[in-house]
Amino acid sequence: MNESLTHIFLDSFLINNFVLCTFLGMCSFLGLSGKFSTAWRMGVSVMFVITVSSVLSWFTNLLLVKYHAEYLRIIIFIVIIAATVQLTEMFIKKNSPALFRELGVYLPLITTNCAVLAVPLFQTSRGYTLVQSTVFSIAASGGYCAALVLLSLVRERIELSDVVTLARGTALTLILAAILSMAFMGFAGMGNAS
Amino acid sequence: MLRDKQPVTITADTHPFLNGLWKQNPVFVMVLGMCPTLAITNSVKNAISMGLATTFVMVASYGMISAIRKLIPKQVRIATFIAIIACGVTVVDFLVKAISIPVYQALGAYIPLIVSNCLTLERAEAYAGKQPVVKSMLDGLGMGLGFALALTCLGMVREVLGAGTFLGFPVFGSRFEPWVLFLLPPGGFISLAMWLLFFAWRKERAAKLAAAEATQ
Repeated sequence: MNESLTHIFLDSFLINNFVLCTFLGMCSFLGLSGKFSTAWRMGVSVMFVITVSSVLSWFTNLLLVKYHAEYLRIIIFIVIIAATVQLTEMFIKKNSPALFRELGVYLPLITTNCAVLAVPLFQTSRGYTLVQSTVFSIAASGGYCAALVLLSLVRERIELSDVVTLARGTALTLILAAILSMAFMGFAGMGNAS
Repeated sequence: MLRDKQPVTITADTHPFLNGLWKQNPVFVMVLGMCPTLAITNSVKNAISMGLATTFVMVASYGMISAIRKLIPKQVRIATFIAIIACGVTVVDFLVKAISIPVYQALGAYIPLIVSNCLTLERAEAYAGKQPVVKSMLDGLGMGLGFALALTCLGMVREVLGAGTFLGFPVFGSRFEPWVLFLLPPGGFISLAMWLLFFAWRKERAAKLAAAEATQ
């Protein structure tokens, strides 16, 4: 695979946005997008976890390939992610107790965010080099963060408007997500150009 | 068969199997496990295979989790659950690959991602980590089949409208123009929203009817 870095970045940030086009990290996308303040914090912590665990998994994958233990991939990757989340939690707790109090509830949830597991799986199956995987993980998690923030901004606005009671809640959020997703479909053309 | 052997354990007001299948349907009621629900439902066949794969993982791993639940220290229980589920998923990954390569390619990355499906972990934490083995396995079976049912409902709408076929057979005449949007990502969001609206409408109507009867 000799994809250019710009192509990887654009592809995973806009064209194949993790949330709106490949449906990864849906639970937190629907659940935590109610408020802008929680949305961007969650987005940034997911970005951090994805980038760190992606680099760690890249090195671990070298070991797995060396000892012909590829069948352990899923188990090893999820353990790495769980450990990264735990480390992030300890790091934030020690360095910024105020931030920890605000993020506390969401941090353990990152482990069960499929976007986090998908990045190491995709980078292995596409055979990215270390630099390529790092760019890929930053772009993919940045796309996740952007989608979360966008939806939270729309939802904050729509709180004030008069919506049919029947549609309030998840159904409304899904319709908003559908509209956002349609907007992101417009980026599909960029894939052919580059 | 399981029910005949263990009639004593099923004492809760709703049967753990039926609970997951309908009353607390993982997709329509609890809104969990959204990633595969939206991603793999562009055809009925994929939806059914994904539902069955998830069911298998849930039944197998919940049996195991429940069997060793008293040995797991409380602090590391989530990590242990995930490791056990990951073993189940690895088995399914190879199983699907052995049974049908086209299905394996269609489901793609979403089979390994059953590990981080919020549904599997949520039920492990809420049910299998506390209940006896048979009950947990029944809960896994009910939740898994309920998940498969919901996926099939969604897949039906998307395949019929988006491709004009059902399980690969054409439904409409040759003059039908497929509504491609339903096969694309936005269609997933829209069709799930429509199903949720439909259930909310039915619930509201039932409540209104009950209220009208009570006043009479």
